[in-house]
Amino acid sequence: MKTPDPTTIWLVGGTLVILAIATAAGQILKRRYDTALNPAIVEQFHLRIRSWWIICSALAAAFILGQTATVVLFGGISFFALREFITATPTRRADHRALFWVFFFFTPFQYVLVGFNMYDWYAVVIPVFGFLFIAGRIAIAGDYKRFLQRIAVIQAGLMISVYCLSHAPAMLTQDLPVPEPNGRRAQDSKLDNERDLGEELGADLVSPSEGDPRSPLTLEDKARLLFFFVLIIQLGDVAQYLWGKLLGRRVIAPEVSGDRTWEGLFGGICTSTVLGALLWWATPFRPWEAASAAAIVTAIGFTGGMTMSAIKRDRGVRDYGTLVVGHGGVLDRIDSICFAAPVFFYLSRFLMSG
Amino acid sequence: MSRDSRHERSAADDAAENTLARPSLGSQLTGGLLVGLAKLLSGSTSRWVDCQPDTCQRVYFANHTSHLDAITLWSALPHDCRRLTRPVAAKDYWDKGPVRRYLANKVFNALLIDRHNVKVHKSPIDLMIKAIGDTHSLIVFPEGGRSSGEEVGEFKSGLYYLSKKRPDLELVPVHMDNLNRVLPRGEVLPVPLLSCITFGPPIWLQAKEPKTEFLKRARESVIRLKDE
Repeated sequence: MKTPDPTTIWLVGGTLVILAIATAAGQILKRRYDTALNPAIVEQFHLRIRSWWIICSALAAAFILGQTATVVLFGGISFFALREFITATPTRRADHRALFWVFFFFTPFQYVLVGFNMYDWYAVVIPVFGFLFIAGRIAIAGDYKRFLQRIAVIQAGLMISVYCLSHAPAMLTQDLPVPEPNGRRAQDSKLDNERDLGEELGADLVSPSEGDPRSPLTLEDKARLLFFFVLIIQLGDVAQYLWGKLLGRRVIAPEVSGDRTWEGLFGGICTSTVLGALLWWATPFRPWEAASAAAIVTAIGFTGGMTMSAIKRDRGVRDYGTLVVGHGGVLDRIDSICFAAPVFFYLSRFLMSG
Repeated sequence: MSRDSRHERSAADDAAENTLARPSLGSQLTGGLLVGLAKLLSGSTSRWVDCQPDTCQRVYFANHTSHLDAITLWSALPHDCRRLTRPVAAKDYWDKGPVRRYLANKVFNALLIDRHNVKVHKSPIDLMIKAIGDTHSLIVFPEGGRSSGEEVGEFKSGLYYLSKKRPDLELVPVHMDNLNRVLPRGEVLPVPLLSCITFGPPIWLQAKEPKTEFLKRARESVIRLKDE
């Protein structure tokens, strides 16, 4: 692959530097036993930093190894998340065959479709065909006990951990429409001149294939967009947590999540709006677009975290990680990404189509 | 054990001969591959509660809910222990077809027991004792067959007679959780859910302990691990 352009280096390099600083800070905190901080919080901090390293290096690998690596990586994450989801929910013996297809057909197939950019298909295979298949297959298996509940659980697991998450790598493989000329990518004045010329001569003289002056986004542009998305989600999570600790008074839903407060939510959304505006140069958006995308993504990510908490509370598990001792709790780490990925995917398509 | 008795043993039983043969490269590779595959499919975590992996002679006894139990438990052991551990398996299942026979004999180094045709002078217990000699450990499923997975069935008496003849063996209870969902009875294709294998503190047959009480104690030691 060619040398990445300066924007990419700034974005990825900057993130890695911040991560390195955070890691160092965490190590210092760990060494200081006299600290007044709660050791559980320090431990949380460590876990989070570690998962950030994994996510960031995986995304950085996308710049080097190309989109296939990223698609495969997200496919793997989906697989592990789905297995945690299904393990945590009660399935019955008769669901076995349906689950087999869910794991070994629908999950890989979705990522194959994403990898080959078959948008018409990956948008419907799971929500339509998967939906019908699961219900039908379990009905044929002949066990009607809690039927609706069982199919709903499997469908929800497949939707959240596979379908929704697959929209993150789909940001790389999709053909995004080209931004408007007054956007950042039209700084090249040549483009504007050509466009003006085209308008003067009449649109029919400029055929879309040869004369369209606007070039589609390169893989690197899209990779930066994905990186921006993940960065905003993660920073938004942290900001919510910190604002909640600083100012948190009113807990939103104490039964579902004891430490998510309205103050934290609004603080987090405001923080990520500012961050989104500050990082607009990394995206093909205008500053206000980047800011509002960041705000929306953070808000949706918040609902993802709440939803997963509700499911966990219902199942009586504290963390998906502690569900089976020793496993990483993939689902705990990606809950907000799962929810926000399809929203950001369509939002960026909408913004780019002007 | 003296050379003579070792020679006598291998003459007495084919299965025992395997214990002494070094596994070929092919079967080592197959073994490594299967261990990886079993770990991926069963997403197994192993926990050692009041018990450490050790190469001393042991009998791992576990609840039995799935065809994957033996290989998953075998894979969950560290390499040094695994090399010395032989799963006890049903001959009627593992002796069918060349693939199963290859896996049982060459890869897992399993000890195949004929469940239907027990000869008076070649009882399964004697076969097991001969097969382990003074180096190997065993994996047994004392329920005799696979249970539905919800409850641990009553134990058969084999474990009692085994430890009566070899009271020095450490009996390590093992609880296999969720494997019945990975590959339930009657299914061929697995669903890769997460499972957990818990090794508990070893027990021994106490002097003059009655059979039923010992078996009850052994069964409870497995059940107790479920909530550890």
